[in-house]
Amino acid sequence: MIEIKGLIKAFGSRLVLRGITLHVDAGEFVTLVGPNGAGKTTLIRILATLSRPSAGRVLLGGCDLNEDPMVVRRMIGLVSHRTLLYDDLSGEQNLLFYAQLYDVARPKTRAEELLRQVGLWGRQHDPVSTYSRGMQQRLAIARALLHNPPVLLLDEPDTGLDRQAAATLGALLRQTDLGQRTVLMTTHNLEYAAAWGERVAILVNGQIAFQTNRSETDLTTLRAQYDHYASPA
Amino acid sequence: MHHLRKIWAIMAKDLAVELRTREVLGAMFVFALLVIFIFNFAFELRVEDQRTLAPGVLWVAITFAGMLGLSRSFIREKDRGSLEGLLLAPVDRGVIFLGKMLGNALFIAVIALIILPAFVILFNLSAAVMPQLAMIAVLGTIGLSGVGTLFSAMAVHTRAREILLPVLLFPLIVPVILSAVKLSAAVIDNVPFAEVQQWLSLLVVFDIVFAVLSFLFFDYVVEE
Repeated sequence: MIEIKGLIKAFGSRLVLRGITLHVDAGEFVTLVGPNGAGKTTLIRILATLSRPSAGRVLLGGCDLNEDPMVVRRMIGLVSHRTLLYDDLSGEQNLLFYAQLYDVARPKTRAEELLRQVGLWGRQHDPVSTYSRGMQQRLAIARALLHNPPVLLLDEPDTGLDRQAAATLGALLRQTDLGQRTVLMTTHNLEYAAAWGERVAILVNGQIAFQTNRSETDLTTLRAQYDHYASPA
Repeated sequence: MHHLRKIWAIMAKDLAVELRTREVLGAMFVFALLVIFIFNFAFELRVEDQRTLAPGVLWVAITFAGMLGLSRSFIREKDRGSLEGLLLAPVDRGVIFLGKMLGNALFIAVIALIILPAFVILFNLSAAVMPQLAMIAVLGTIGLSGVGTLFSAMAVHTRAREILLPVLLFPLIVPVILSAVKLSAAVIDNVPFAEVQQWLSLLVVFDIVFAVLSFLFFDYVVEE
């Protein structure tokens, strides 16, 4: 579903991604961990068509990101550490606005369905600014799922959440039919990476340094691998 | 129709946010009114016929107040992270531009129309000039918001964004201000329309050309 080949991204003379090659199967949940500045967010931004690659090729569902960004945008939902919501509007108003941009059929019904799914029905008329960080992040997931995208990109969705809110988010991510979606998630938290992802990749200095299937490793081994690759020499 | 619905959605969203916060329109209104008051009092001391200066004062007030609205237009989106939400949607960037531009034009036009009565009273003008001044204000507003929306999107990525916008925008909108002032003066002085027709043409051509250019360049401006 996601095919990345030799992806390079440079900002001026500074290389942020140095030839990333990664394949994510349809329906697979892959987590990407790495230290600050490893290039995780840059990679997600490129996949989300918010930034152009300097070189390399990226295909989503067979569509080239550069050639057909509009088709790709219909295929992805993005949840980042920023909610991408209008905090002066209510939760429902936010979903209805984005539903119009994504041509969602029966937007009111879909918004209600998602608000119920993320546990915000009852607060749908309240401004987003009155929601807790955890509630805002749940609404951000609802926004990302609004058009039922086959690919979900999660860029450090656990940032700023306490353990309980992060656990709720994790449970929500697992319950929202994710089995049918392809998910690529970046996080700093190895525990969540190992618990939520089927495959974990370690991104260091703009390159995939290591990747493993969750079934072949445990958290302790993963921590050791992370320390090995991500710690400064 | 498909694009029009999305343009409307973006404009309506900006309006809904503004109605909830009253962040921009209130500031624009007070600022525009203050400009008219201050110029009126200042000129009263030395200028014999204030009417000669009135069109300039009106357009200084509209332009400066418009600048406040234009600068907030994308800063609000950028600071709250919602700009990425817009850019992520499968919507032509030109549609986003038009939605934002029409929202900005609406805000500036509303302020211009609200301050007109105060302007007419303070400068001792006949109320009969108001409909024509309102039409000129709407035309000038389109020119202002067309270029202004593009430069607002451009400036928002810079550190000195609120300072940069007027520096970039003022030189470009000189034709709008010039023609709007000439047309307003003609209305106030009851000059035959034929004598100022070229200014109206300039204003309309500017509105169309710069709206189209801004529409075309918007994609490059928001691209990372």
